Amino acid sequence: MDILYSFLVAPFVDMWGYPVFFAEVVINGLLTGVMYSLVALGFVLIFKASGVFNFAQGVMVLFAALTLVGLMEHGVPVWLALALTMVVMVALAFAIERLMLRPLVNQPHIILFMATIGLTFFLEGFGELLWGSNVKKLDVGIPNESFEVGGILLNQFDLFAAVTAAALVGVLVVFFHKTAIGRALRAVADDHQAALSVGIPLKTIWVVVWSVAGIVAMVAGIMWGAKSGVQFSLSLIALKALPVLILGGFTSVPGAIIGGLIIGVGEKIGEIYWGPLVGGAIENWFAYVLALVFLLFRPQGLFGERIIERV
Amino acid sequence: MKPSRLAVFGLGALTVFAGLFATQAVAQNEQFIPMLVYRTGPYAPSGIPVANGFRDYYTLINERDGGINGVKITFEECETQYNTKLGVECYEKLKNKGPTGASLVNPYSTGITYQLIPKAPVDQVPILSMGYGRTAAADGRVFPWVFNFPTTYWSQASGFINYVAKQEGGLDKLKGKKIVHVHHNSAYGKEANPTLEVLAEKYGYNLTLLAVDHPGQEQKSTWLQIRRLRPDWIFMSGWGVMNQVAVKEAAAINYPMDHFVGNWWSGSDADVIPAGDGAVGYKSTSFHGAGANWQVHRDIINYVYGGDEAKAKANNLGEVLYNRTLVNAMFGVEAIRTAMEKYGNKSMTGEQVRWGLENLNVTKRRLKKLGMKDMLRPVKVSCVDHETGGPVIIQQWDGKQWKMVSDWIPTIRDVVRPMIEKAAADYAMENKIEPRDCG
Repeated sequence: MDILYSFLVAPFVDMWGYPVFFAEVVINGLLTGVMYSLVALGFVLIFKASGVFNFAQGVMVLFAALTLVGLMEHGVPVWLALALTMVVMVALAFAIERLMLRPLVNQPHIILFMATIGLTFFLEGFGELLWGSNVKKLDVGIPNESFEVGGILLNQFDLFAAVTAAALVGVLVVFFHKTAIGRALRAVADDHQAALSVGIPLKTIWVVVWSVAGIVAMVAGIMWGAKSGVQFSLSLIALKALPVLILGGFTSVPGAIIGGLIIGVGEKIGEIYWGPLVGGAIENWFAYVLALVFLLFRPQGLFGERIIERV
Repeated sequence: MKPSRLAVFGLGALTVFAGLFATQAVAQNEQFIPMLVYRTGPYAPSGIPVANGFRDYYTLINERDGGINGVKITFEECETQYNTKLGVECYEKLKNKGPTGASLVNPYSTGITYQLIPKAPVDQVPILSMGYGRTAAADGRVFPWVFNFPTTYWSQASGFINYVAKQEGGLDKLKGKKIVHVHHNSAYGKEANPTLEVLAEKYGYNLTLLAVDHPGQEQKSTWLQIRRLRPDWIFMSGWGVMNQVAVKEAAAINYPMDHFVGNWWSGSDADVIPAGDGAVGYKSTSFHGAGANWQVHRDIINYVYGGDEAKAKANNLGEVLYNRTLVNAMFGVEAIRTAMEKYGNKSMTGEQVRWGLENLNVTKRRLKKLGMKDMLRPVKVSCVDHETGGPVIIQQWDGKQWKMVSDWIPTIRDVVRPMIEKAAADYAMENKIEPRDCG
């Protein structure tokens, strides 16, 4: 009976009894969720364009951050380093299209997925070769002070990340829905061959989408790299994006954001109110459980496209 | 006159034999030490100074002293990426190298250490897991092949409590204090928990254990709980990116950094640099000095780097983890030297080095001679005690470097040693090991 009370009643009593703290948990969950969404966005972009889960997205985050911080360490000013990193990510997109994707047109998705696994190992090794393995401090001038509002502690950096993510999503939504390239991109995602047959330049679309995913990876790399330093474990944040994708759907930009927010808040509440009952450190798997519970009701994710196949 | 084919063949054969003989003679005068390193992968920031420290110390011994009593040290690196499976593969690959096989192995990973413990007596390769690995191995009666001196996680935790008590005005002042242990959610991270729990019962402080899942890139939940708890002290057993994020999160919630103490795997240069000014005041335990102001460092600059100090510093000279491996390498070398005192100046076998480890006595005078005067405390190992329960010291980050800010703090032996003996006895029973009689 005590166990049932601990699991089913006590956490809610705690939330009710300390509303300010609960509000702080929720707000911090939302802000963390935004950070997850930043990573998830990159996956969504490439999945939309090619129907392929890009295993290398986490390493692209790392590679972009390494390039940025590496340039800054060589005395390049921040603004120029940012611009040069974007150029590097676009160049990488060209190389990926030319050397990896083009030879694999019309191959099953699993082949493309395997290719992105290869890309992961290549980028990890190449990044290490270029910039070394040491932890690098990344400071692009984002303020990091904390302040209290009504007893709730907020951090300027987290708020900045939220605003950046919101702006990025706005730009991407417009890009996908209001531009010719965006529409072409969605056509390519539906069917490579059909898109080619109506004159959509597949190669260009792929370069564009991998470039945009590379730039999104750079933004994610800056935000996460500024928190933990730029180091090779940065690529592991991709694991945090997976439940977001499962929940939000692999093809929806708003889904990545909403999914991120739900996962962020859900895992924080789970960890803080239920975690201590089972020894803590549950948020990693709790996020997946949360996502899977949603899948029971919407297998395609909250915003994913329903797949209908005629037989 | 043309030389006959037989003469040419004979000369050739002689040359080959002479070459082989010379090679064998050189090999006979070598002492092989395998190096399990992780210069790549997520834990490389910690692995690189560790690998460089070992390499530089062995090179120093060869260049400055001509080896150990004339026996040159040879070593070979094998990349583990801090992965237990790869670590065991590396061990298997290197254990038979050199004229007498591996002298000893420094796994530099608690996970790898656990896997090698049953192999050590079979392969006759002693394990030196200095300040990590299985704490119960401190009982030499059950673990004759494993050494974890100068101190262990459990002793360290007790040293931390002693330090807090000193800061608060005595052990009796601990009653009612709130102490949080933020730990990596792994066997390593949980090592200090039993000691902290036993001491909490004894001294009356309130202990909260907060686990952080691997890799620890995101810790908001942990730090929200800490903000709510408002603990008087935080102790952390972290590793890799978990440390950097924790230091940054602590600063973000305005936690007083001088009450935040990491264990000795949470107190390297890489752990604080990413947090910038936020890390100023953060403390950690250690069992050796920080910085590059000892004679051993000057010797390394001269003998290993040809006087090029900048190059030495680029190779992590003086960093916390680099210094730790200098100490670790020194213990290994001194154990081989101790074994040679008994068995003669030649390549030592694993069994002989094991004897050397068990009879190691690094005195203050010896430390001075080694260029490590006051860098660490003297160590005397025995058959029963493979740990020695050495004291800890607290270092603090001032924004540029780690500085020692405490005296040597004794550990609470009367609590820790019985715990070790009980854990060792349990292990012996579980694995049907008959403990040795150490006389």
